[in-house]
Amino acid sequence: MKADIVIIGGGVTGTAVARKLTEYELDIILVEKEADLASGTSKANSGIVHAGYNADPETMKGQLNIQANPLFDKLCSDLNVPFQRTGSLVVGFNQQDLETIKQKKENGDKIGIPGLEIIGRRRLQKIEPHINDRARWALYAPSAGIVSPHELTIALGENAAQNGLQVMLENKVEDIETEKGALKAVVTNRERIECDVVINAAGVYADSIARMAGDEMVIRPRKGEYFIFDREYGDLINHVLFPTPTETSKGILVTATAHGNLLVGPNAYPAGKEDLATTSGGLVEIMKGAVKLIPDLPRGGVISSFAGLRAAAPSEDFIISPSPSVWGFIHAAGIQSPGLTAAPATAERVEQLVKGYYPSERLVKKDDFQETLPEKPHLYDYDEGDLEDWNEYIDRREDYGEVVCRCEHVTRGEIIDALHSPVPAQTLDAIKRRARAGMGRCQGGFCGPRVVEIIAEELGISPREVTKKGPGSEILQEKTKDLRLKKKTADKENRDNQRQEGKYKDPAQDAAKNAEQDAEQATEQAAEQDTEPKTEKQLQQVKIESGGADGE
Amino acid sequence: MEKKEIICISCPLGCRVEVRGDGENIESIEGNQCPQGREYAREEFMNPTRILPTTVRVSGGELPLVSVKTEAPIPRDKIFSAMDQIAQVTVEAPVKLGEVIIEDLVGTGVSLVATRRVLSDKKAADGEKV
Amino acid sequence: MVSEFKDKYQLVIIGAGPAGLGAALAAEERGVKDILLLERDYFLGGILPQCIHNGFGLDYFGEELTGPEYAHRFIDRIPESTVQVMDETMVLDITPDKEITALNRHQGVQKIEAKAVLLAMGCRERTREAIKIPGDRTAGVLTAGTAQRYINIEGYLPGRKVIVLGSGDIGLIMARRMTLEGAEVDSVLEIMPYSSGLVRNKVQCLDDFDIPLKLNHTLTRIEGDKRVERVVVSRVNDDLEPVPGSEQTVECDTVLLAVGLIPENELTKQMGIELDPVTGGAVVNEQRETEINGVFACGNVLQVHDLVDYVTEESEIAARAVSEYLSRRRKKRRKKIKLTAGEQITYVVPHRIDYVYQDKDKKTLKLFLRSSVPVEEAELKVVDGRGQELISSRKKIVTPGEMETIILPLQFLDEDTEELTVSVTKASQGAD
Repeated sequence: MKADIVIIGGGVTGTAVARKLTEYELDIILVEKEADLASGTSKANSGIVHAGYNADPETMKGQLNIQANPLFDKLCSDLNVPFQRTGSLVVGFNQQDLETIKQKKENGDKIGIPGLEIIGRRRLQKIEPHINDRARWALYAPSAGIVSPHELTIALGENAAQNGLQVMLENKVEDIETEKGALKAVVTNRERIECDVVINAAGVYADSIARMAGDEMVIRPRKGEYFIFDREYGDLINHVLFPTPTETSKGILVTATAHGNLLVGPNAYPAGKEDLATTSGGLVEIMKGAVKLIPDLPRGGVISSFAGLRAAAPSEDFIISPSPSVWGFIHAAGIQSPGLTAAPATAERVEQLVKGYYPSERLVKKDDFQETLPEKPHLYDYDEGDLEDWNEYIDRREDYGEVVCRCEHVTRGEIIDALHSPVPAQTLDAIKRRARAGMGRCQGGFCGPRVVEIIAEELGISPREVTKKGPGSEILQEKTKDLRLKKKTADKENRDNQRQEGKYKDPAQDAAKNAEQDAEQATEQAAEQDTEPKTEKQLQQVKIESGGADGE
Repeated sequence: MEKKEIICISCPLGCRVEVRGDGENIESIEGNQCPQGREYAREEFMNPTRILPTTVRVSGGELPLVSVKTEAPIPRDKIFSAMDQIAQVTVEAPVKLGEVIIEDLVGTGVSLVATRRVLSDKKAADGEKV
Repeated sequence: MVSEFKDKYQLVIIGAGPAGLGAALAAEERGVKDILLLERDYFLGGILPQCIHNGFGLDYFGEELTGPEYAHRFIDRIPESTVQVMDETMVLDITPDKEITALNRHQGVQKIEAKAVLLAMGCRERTREAIKIPGDRTAGVLTAGTAQRYINIEGYLPGRKVIVLGSGDIGLIMARRMTLEGAEVDSVLEIMPYSSGLVRNKVQCLDDFDIPLKLNHTLTRIEGDKRVERVVVSRVNDDLEPVPGSEQTVECDTVLLAVGLIPENELTKQMGIELDPVTGGAVVNEQRETEINGVFACGNVLQVHDLVDYVTEESEIAARAVSEYLSRRRKKRRKKIKLTAGEQITYVVPHRIDYVYQDKDKKTLKLFLRSSVPVEEAELKVVDGRGQELISSRKKIVTPGEMETIILPLQFLDEDTEELTVSVTKASQGAD
């Protein structure tokens, strides 16, 4: 197949770039190796829109952070993504911390971060009543905020899809074909796509992709582990809380999520590219760090833990540049923190680079580009006061009246919406990311079976084909009874072999045992033939057979 | 002569009762703290039996399975052959509570009966309550 | 839309599991006229239909039933009763004034006013997160109850080679259930030095099938790419901490978690009702009435029971109380009595005694409690605020896994009694 541009990677960078580029009359394909967008770093991070006082304006990541922060209000409103400018606090406990805080403020003021203030203990305790008593100062940055990172990524991708982007999930790039230093095609495990331009937004695998094109690049994943607390505890804090970093540690942050859960983490240490395992040591470390800020953190209120990888380049900066060796190949790599914040600006930077590969007359903006994603109703957005307004949706479709996920109040209608959204959810995790079913305190214990059923029904597949996160992660293994029947067949074969070898001692020594064997044989035959339902008649036969055997 | 340790299930104490004997006679029972334990150990030694609760496939029903049990306890060593026989049976909905699904399960003389009701698909769709 | 339902009821019951069903029928028998039963699932009976095993009903019905049969005993009486059932209905909110906001496909979002509300939402299972098992987030990790629903109701087996964490009854039952259906169960792990399940289940679910029960062991890691491939099992020390060097790797494709149940009190919390941090249920008086007048709770939403028979019993206590409340037949005691969990007791329900008993045929009060440790040759005791022993009883053994009861004759309570403390200790030797 053919396209103008292929974007490799369905994380926040890839989808932000996709959305930007679909403003033009171009054929764009996004390939993603996993079964959904936002399956890597973009689903497992702190979800913070950084104010930017940390930014070194000499670095790419610093510049993009500063540039991108103000874009979030409109972006998230256009895409219906939960975003709140909660403000952040860097909390200091001693004189050394105060020095660091002062430096940060100075840096922030210099680069124009709005509203920075150093506040003292009294005000800190007033705006954060649960903060550690020993906290003495804090750097207050009103422009910091929180966003749902996976929802932002999916919304960017879906808005792009709405504007013509083709998303190809479960497509793992295996080769980049070039010819005389020019790009020719991207080859995945399923497709070969000829194209003019490729954007490498492959996260922790950006180096492997770069090498396919002949570029040297090293990405060293850094793992960070997190805890999520029940929504009940989201009110414990009002801002994003950072400890003051020291030379040896960045410390553990405490924040609300955009959906009102409490999130604590991350630690940071080098890890393999597929290593998303949480560790007992790590989880202890996080909890220990978090209680430094909020001592009365409800340890029993944890509903989930996870780990994410940050795709760090040795320079510790983003690599957003054209390939030195292949014409048409652009890297958007090394996107570590603040990659989520920077994404809208990263997309603009990539857009500039793409312009370098096309004559200006070729880059025509669509006149029907849709900036906004149609709103999807979510029951959890309604509270006691306006719940009756929800009836408007039920009048349209009764499915909005059937609550499937009882913890997060997600209806069948919302799950069906997710299955038919512009980038359709195909897996349980994808539904969770779009509709929040299974995101709550029971973690899908109750709604899991019903969501599996709905997915199977809507996609016309067997429940056994429904996966958690793509092939190999099927939820259900067998139909009840099939394993019994298969085992029976295997046992028989095994026994037959033993019989031939003369090792098998026949247990059938009395009439009852014989009866058993007859039943076994009937079973074996059934198992060998098929496992389809039997008719009443066949059932009768079984009854007679086993009854008859007993009569012997 | 056989020696067996049997854990009594009559109460939470869970006495470990040692029974000596052969298939027909019991020589000694030790370790029980009450007469119930003695009786249980005797039964369990001579002829251990169990109620077998499981499911049977249903066709055309509101549910794919109906829960069932053996109407009386069956010999413990027949459990797997019973499961094998049960696995290859399918009943047609509707199924009534108490309905006999298999008579004389694996030659035990004990019937397998439904422990719930399963309506046919259509009836369920018509809104009749389960 | 014409509806068979009204917007005002004398009694609205949230949840049609054994607690809600039992209470609805018992309340009707006691003359409560106007009862609405709200159920979120599409069938009645709560968790019972998926509990296909036997062992239910011995206490209440005097015969051994399976879960579905036990449920049928109640469900079958509903059509002949005046109790109205609204199923597939989710209660989203209840105000302290007893206005209920519920949602379903047919009536949409609706407000229902109730004179009395009975909370019977049951409980949910603790998840992997509640016990913080590190490792990969793969498919194949599920709670025992979810697996039970897949196998017994939906008709699918979630795994072929299984390890079970937790030796409570549901863990034991599911170990057998999966074995019967042809799966291989490696072992059942229990972090405590004793199983929290019934002896009977240990024998009939594990020993019968040679499934090892590993006491003092837990899961310390789950590994796998898309699906569970193996787990790490460790022995724990007396502080329940994994012992370094004791790790063993077990190949399996499924982890079943049976690590405890939590009462589902989200609505209760929304109403601002105080919960007991130990039971996870509301703080109630002997009428099973919460802090809010006319709001009652019973069943597993109040305290996790190990026998459904006790749930039914509690539903009847609550139903009786509701009828007394609605007919204004209650008389407050001059002084409330506070019940305290004393030595080796984790909790006692009820938490208080508020009312004077007027019913002539009601001469005793049953206290429900759990011990914090297994005690052999146990003596259960109730002592009043002045240190006077009111009643004591002997048991061969008391374990945390089995709920105990003490029957307190009401004549022992005088109008000055303000405090009762329940304790369990080892009975002094020799005394018989």
